[in-house]
Amino acid sequence: MKHLLIALALALPGMAMAAGGGGTAYKFDPDLGNEPSLQRGAAAFMNYCSGCHSMGLLRYNRLAADLGIPEDLLQENLMFTSDKVGAQINSAMIPASAKWFGKQPPDLTLTARARGDDWVYSFLKTFYVEEGRPNGVNNLTLPGASMPHVLGGLQGWQKLKPAEEGEEHAEAGGHGASHAPEFEVLEEGVLSAKEYDGLVADITNFMVYAAEPVKIKRKEIGTLVILYLMLFTFVAYLLKREFWKDVH
Amino acid sequence: MPIVPNPYKTTGFLGWIDDRFPLTKMWKDHVAEYYAPKNFNFWYFFGSLALLVLVNQLLTGIWLAMFFKPDAALAFESVEYIMRDVEWGWLIRYMHSTGASAFFVVVFLHMYRGLLYGSYRQPRELIWIFGCLIFLVLMAEAFMGYVLPWGQMSYWGAQVIISLFGAIPVVGEDLVTWIRGDFFIADATINRFFSLHVVALPFVLVGLVIAHLLALHEVGSNNPDGVEIKKHKDENGIPKDGIAFHPYYTVKDIFGTGVFLILFAFVIFFIPDFGGYFLEKPNFEPANPMVTPEHIAPVWYFTPQYAMLRAITVDLFGVPAKLWGVIVLGGSVVILFFLPWLDKSPVKSIRYKGPIFKIALALFTVSFVVLGYLGTQPPTPGKTLLAQIGTAIYFGFFFLMPFYTKIDKTKPEPDRVTMKEGH
Repeated sequence: MKHLLIALALALPGMAMAAGGGGTAYKFDPDLGNEPSLQRGAAAFMNYCSGCHSMGLLRYNRLAADLGIPEDLLQENLMFTSDKVGAQINSAMIPASAKWFGKQPPDLTLTARARGDDWVYSFLKTFYVEEGRPNGVNNLTLPGASMPHVLGGLQGWQKLKPAEEGEEHAEAGGHGASHAPEFEVLEEGVLSAKEYDGLVADITNFMVYAAEPVKIKRKEIGTLVILYLMLFTFVAYLLKREFWKDVH
Repeated sequence: MPIVPNPYKTTGFLGWIDDRFPLTKMWKDHVAEYYAPKNFNFWYFFGSLALLVLVNQLLTGIWLAMFFKPDAALAFESVEYIMRDVEWGWLIRYMHSTGASAFFVVVFLHMYRGLLYGSYRQPRELIWIFGCLIFLVLMAEAFMGYVLPWGQMSYWGAQVIISLFGAIPVVGEDLVTWIRGDFFIADATINRFFSLHVVALPFVLVGLVIAHLLALHEVGSNNPDGVEIKKHKDENGIPKDGIAFHPYYTVKDIFGTGVFLILFAFVIFFIPDFGGYFLEKPNFEPANPMVTPEHIAPVWYFTPQYAMLRAITVDLFGVPAKLWGVIVLGGSVVILFFLPWLDKSPVKSIRYKGPIFKIALALFTVSFVVLGYLGTQPPTPGKTLLAQIGTAIYFGFFFLMPFYTKIDKTKPEPDRVTMKEGH
């Protein structure tokens, strides 16, 4: 029975992995220890995303404190509304303007947790030009997305290569995560492909941070807690052994 | 007026108390002079661990309730407010959410221990029944707690589970409305679930746990050999194979607690979502009555029952499949109550039971785990068939028990408990 239990314990994380992956075009491993990347991601988010999208569960000064940004730099470079530093990051877009897109652009605080890190990374990389769409683009990760390709000038414009015989493109919800989709470049962007990947990685990193700001700290605390508990358990074991010497 | 001195001859402040309240008596009856069998093994940690997790849930719950808003418009953000703006709120929230799953882990193992060693058998039927009631209340408590963060899975999970009551003939639809307090899952629902989750059910739960322990201490603990230690007592009336709960099992349980807390802390600090099993991804999106998630799955500890519910796909004897599913779902818990009277084996412990019981228990174990897995998956014809087989095995284990335990070839029980060498 003990063996069965051990086997179960070993199988569980595997099952957990199975439930985690959701068939996105690309994989992304966030690195929250990389503060410069988080800062660049925050800057990119504020410049390119926060015009329409709120990050309403995160406060400006929390962001500044966690990412090592002095408050004067925060106010000069990252705050484009008349809010105070303790305010939540809310988009200044009025609901009437949101009608242009068909729906209110969603709050992005928890998107990385709700959709997954891979999803955010893939979403920002898989815009492609498609005739007949309201904004001229579609997205492989979120088909029918009503968002225009805001980063198009940086990435450049691409179109989907027609699927070859017997081969299907990776789609969200499918199980084609193993092979990346193939695009054809229509127009070069300001950034090279590698630079654009770096930018998307920074933004995703930042969004992973925003979805759970305590994520970096909790692992540090957790290491100390577990070290303490190991010491505690070892002493408890010695105590148990001492008391049980007279049980035969 | 002179009072009758207490029989423990305690003096001073303790004596003053003992003359008026059975403090020393309770300490001796339930801790210092409660004699438990000396041969408890690994499986006997989970009772005390369940108590530990219960205390964890009560304490963290008290603090969460200080900041949480049971309001459909505010609940989701108030949870994130706890996670971000409340000092150490994230830790309290993760202790509570991980504690819910840990509760089921230790309770499942605790119940499984009962199955292994026949702890439900005479004279411990009431301990088992109180335990089953605890399990039932725990399921209700967990379900209502899961609704409170008001995420997509909270909302739609509640939608699926509450609608099950609609399968009950005649009163079903009215019952569903009555439970929700509205014509759909709404503010009234979360408000009443908060009340039940925070006041009513914990109150019942603690009461049942006390009854469970009182019944246990009345008849004494079973052990891995399934023999009664009270049959052999020394000249002082103490079971020869018994050892005082304190200090022997208190120090042992402190060690067990340490091991448990290492695992518990690992989940809390490193993988609080547990890959989407403890905190499901869609629950990081606020409840939206207009958008159904593409795949609704209950939290992992309800998935075996959920798989059984979905396994029933045919109308039978004029009863619709949905109602059968609900009957099977309820029956899978209700059948547990009858276990003490289904087991006809002359021995209690699996150590002395025959091969048929061992095979039956192995099949039952596999079917439960497989059903648990299937409950997390979207249904396919193959998986539904597998769930039907699993459901048949689950119920077969109980329904056929009176027969196979009777014909099984058991080994003779020892007279006294056995201990591994070098203990």
